[in-house]
Amino acid sequence: MTTLDKAKYELCLRLGDNALIMGHRLAEWCGHGPYLEEDIALTNISLDYIGLAGNLLGYAAQIQNNGKNEDHLAYLRNEFEYKNALITEQPNGDFAQTMVRQFLVDTFSYYFYKELCNSADDMLKGIAEKAVKEEEYHLRHSTEWMYRLGDGTRESNERAQNALNDLWMFTGDIFDMPQGYHELESAKVAPEISKVKQSWETKVKEVMQIACLKIPENAYMQKGSLTGAHTEHLGYILTEMQYVQRAFPNSEW
Amino acid sequence: MENKDISQGPLWEVFIQGNPGIPHKHAGSLHAADAEMALQAARDTYTRRNEGTSIWVIPSAQITASSPEDNGAFFEPANNKPYRHPTFYKVPDGVKYL
Repeated sequence: MTTLDKAKYELCLRLGDNALIMGHRLAEWCGHGPYLEEDIALTNISLDYIGLAGNLLGYAAQIQNNGKNEDHLAYLRNEFEYKNALITEQPNGDFAQTMVRQFLVDTFSYYFYKELCNSADDMLKGIAEKAVKEEEYHLRHSTEWMYRLGDGTRESNERAQNALNDLWMFTGDIFDMPQGYHELESAKVAPEISKVKQSWETKVKEVMQIACLKIPENAYMQKGSLTGAHTEHLGYILTEMQYVQRAFPNSEW
Repeated sequence: MENKDISQGPLWEVFIQGNPGIPHKHAGSLHAADAEMALQAARDTYTRRNEGTSIWVIPSAQITASSPEDNGAFFEPANNKPYRHPTFYKVPDGVKYL
């Protein structure tokens, strides 16, 4: 594997794991949504993310080229091998916590995939072009909820503000990119991450201001998702997600 | 009929246009807090399988409907006037959605 291929592989894992864990978290709302329409919306978005994970992990497996497929990557890796950003694995909590987490992640996804549409790698470009249309809708959905929760009742504002305070420490980790990413940047395979971060900051600031929510200042930033230092929550997610494959190895359906 | 359960928001009627140029058709109803959220919920609930090119949402409370008692006065006078029905024309081949 060339160093560029290795870097692409690592990027696909990072993005694919983000999408898979995000999709899994949202799927936990299935049948538990605050009301029917929102239940459908959350699981709809969940399926978009899981589909995206399938594409990205499939491409990772293709680059790796050792006879394994996306299912191996999804169901047979342990916590420390997972590369998803810490924010995606945080618990659903109340609806405000889910939506604030979603808004922070959707904003990243939207701007990242928008830029990735210009990738010099045809496969990544294709995946991004499909994803960005979905992400545009996801972001619209979670943005509208920020306004309604933040600028709604005293209770909804309090819950959204608490969620923002709790989740903010995980936002720095979103922009950590795997080894070799600079090479992907210079080869125009992946977008300049500093540019994506700038768009993310501008959008988050703008929306939070309209939503009457305060962004925490000088906060400590927890990192470590790329080196396997996940929060305790990921283990529980994988235990549930990988159960069938672990209990009945090689089963197919 | 107004929906009294405010926990899910008021009721909205959803109309979907299946193809450009044809009328919006009633698809169903849903609950949402306001018009923008109703539009998004309609997208998730009724257009997931590529059904539409355009969506309208209308507060159910804004619809005035005829009641069954009106049926006699409203519809029966038309029954004995067959010349009002466009059944004496041949529809040209190739006309869709008529």
